[in-house]
Amino acid sequence: MSSYKQDCFGAKKKIDFNRQEMIAKEMQEAGESILENTVCETEVRIKNADGLHMRPAMKFVDIANRFESEITVSNDKTSVSGKSIMQISMLAATCGTRLKVKAEGPDAPQALEALRELVEVKMFDEPAGDNEKS
Amino acid sequence: MEVKKGIAVSPGIAIAKSLIIDSEDYLIPRRSIEPSKRMIEIQRVKNAFKSAIDELTGMKAGRDTLEQQSIKDIFAVHLRFMHDKSLRKRIMDLIQSEQVTAEYAVSTTMKEIASHFTKVKDPYISERAADIYDIERRLLKQLLGKKKEDLEHLTEEVAIVARELSPTQAAGFDKKYVKAMATDAGGRTSHTAIVARSLGIPAVVALEDLTESLLGGDTVIIDGNRGIVIVEPDEQTLKQYEQYLREFQELEHRLRELKEKPAVTRDGVQISLLGNIEFPVEAHLVLDKGGEGIGLYRTEFLYLNRSSEPSEEDQYKAYAETISVFKHRPVIIRTVDLGADKYTQSKRFVREPNPFLGLRSIRFCLQNLDMFKTQLRAMLRASVLGELKIMFPLITNLQELMQTKLILHDVMEDLDEAGIEYNRNIEIGIMIETPSAALTASTLARDVRFFSIGTNDLTQYTLAVDRGNELVSTLYSAVDPAVLRLMRTVIQDANKANIDLSVCGEMASEPEQVMLLMGMGVRTLSLAPPMIPEIKQIIRSVTIEQCNKVARKILSMSSERHISSFLHNEARKVLPEAF
Repeated sequence: MSSYKQDCFGAKKKIDFNRQEMIAKEMQEAGESILENTVCETEVRIKNADGLHMRPAMKFVDIANRFESEITVSNDKTSVSGKSIMQISMLAATCGTRLKVKAEGPDAPQALEALRELVEVKMFDEPAGDNEKS
Repeated sequence: MEVKKGIAVSPGIAIAKSLIIDSEDYLIPRRSIEPSKRMIEIQRVKNAFKSAIDELTGMKAGRDTLEQQSIKDIFAVHLRFMHDKSLRKRIMDLIQSEQVTAEYAVSTTMKEIASHFTKVKDPYISERAADIYDIERRLLKQLLGKKKEDLEHLTEEVAIVARELSPTQAAGFDKKYVKAMATDAGGRTSHTAIVARSLGIPAVVALEDLTESLLGGDTVIIDGNRGIVIVEPDEQTLKQYEQYLREFQELEHRLRELKEKPAVTRDGVQISLLGNIEFPVEAHLVLDKGGEGIGLYRTEFLYLNRSSEPSEEDQYKAYAETISVFKHRPVIIRTVDLGADKYTQSKRFVREPNPFLGLRSIRFCLQNLDMFKTQLRAMLRASVLGELKIMFPLITNLQELMQTKLILHDVMEDLDEAGIEYNRNIEIGIMIETPSAALTASTLARDVRFFSIGTNDLTQYTLAVDRGNELVSTLYSAVDPAVLRLMRTVIQDANKANIDLSVCGEMASEPEQVMLLMGMGVRTLSLAPPMIPEIKQIIRSVTIEQCNKVARKILSMSSERHISSFLHNEARKVLPEAF
């Protein structure tokens, strides 16, 4: 949880998840959405031993694709789409690598939370790397 | 329109749509397309992704009962790649910007991605390259798979264009629809040439980059007389070639009239014309062209055209079918000549640094006795049906010949014990195709009933030239003085020992070289069936006295170039329209 930080600019101020969901619901009922441009960003660390190889990359894009928001993942050198298995796997992120994850869209906060949980909590359902065991 | 020059290896003219064959391990050459065809290639990419998705979804359903989680994961990853829009876009962008085929764009993109992984130091991640190649193969299979199938089930006339054709590929065609062949590599005696000649279709080889200069479906003119291939001819060229084609067919027609006439010189010397075949069905072609029997039945194709070794019964049937066409005329069957450039599909052959000097032909048989004995049994059983003779290839010394005969004897004893009939007086002969066999012909002649000179291998081994290597193929010539001197020795030794002698190499079907062979004393020629009428016409136009003169003159010449041009001029005098 330590590396989890969040900045939401869309509504020009921080909105907590419950409230945002509530507003979204209201807006949906009203037939329009004003939350299209919510932008959230967080940093995650790869903790499983084998890194972001094919199977974890698959799990990552599967979750990313459940959300409407644009998802961008970056390391020091490059930014790629979080919905493309080709691009995610080409990041070649090994255990211990820090990645920035950015979401942009109506469900950005939820997307970020789900991805963070996959990477850091579930660790892709894989064994943790040596330095990550507690 | 583009005109490509190569080497003419089988005569004739064909105008047809091209069918490009890529090699079996998916080496995709860069092939440019016209800007207007980009949309077609992009659609092909989309279709390939769609079919791959269908295939994977079907596989997943089928595998659900299997508890192989790791395999399921692999397919699941492939499926994500197939759904990856950015991957698809990258491939389609390449087609847009570089104007290349779908195959090339897929192959290039996947190789770029794979090389990205191989650069990563972490071994677990660098191994992902293998996954990417796997995905590449999956897509290419969608793009090429249909084409491969098409080869066996052609529905329209095509000209086959390939980098190089393996004997296996060449044997797999639906022969009814293949009108011509053209390859980037190859020489005068490559397999493409041999197969094309036996089918009687034009072929041009050593075209270097032909496969990169055209697209499947382009119209091509393959001129097997002049050795050129014209891609997408303009109207004028097309008209001109349609005229050539008519003239050529007229010549063929005139030669057909020779079918019933004997192959006799003007001064009454009889020459025996036999056919070289690969498939039993070609026996009819030999008969149709006026051949008197089979001088060389190459049995390799029984082994190459399938995934497992042919059974004794398979072989017996093939031999019996061939013999039935000729009844009591000779059918010489050569034992299997595998190895070197001819491999079986099961790839039982270990890679050798120098295959032509390695475990091939009779040497391979002598080390694989079960396979060899199966073939000999099938031959012996078929021997009661007609005039079957057995010929052993690539004999290099007497010991090898004696060992081979011993094995044949073993098989005969087995048949005796089993009470199976065979011809006890079956004639045994050998091919003379190595300098060592030629130089010891007088010794070898004591233990066989006939010799057949295989001029292709004899030339390659004498001159140390790989006949299929276009970099040195100009050095390859059957009328080199060295080869001719060896042949003279063999012919003289066969005559002294009073055994039969024939020539079954490509030389026997070279119109320019037939007079020379006759002058050297050869009375039996075995050749590609389509060439029989033309050779017969030459025989009927000359006297043996003329031939003797030509041979005497040539055997006194010291340069291959002089010999070639002299022969060309002599032949032109005899049959002007053929040259």
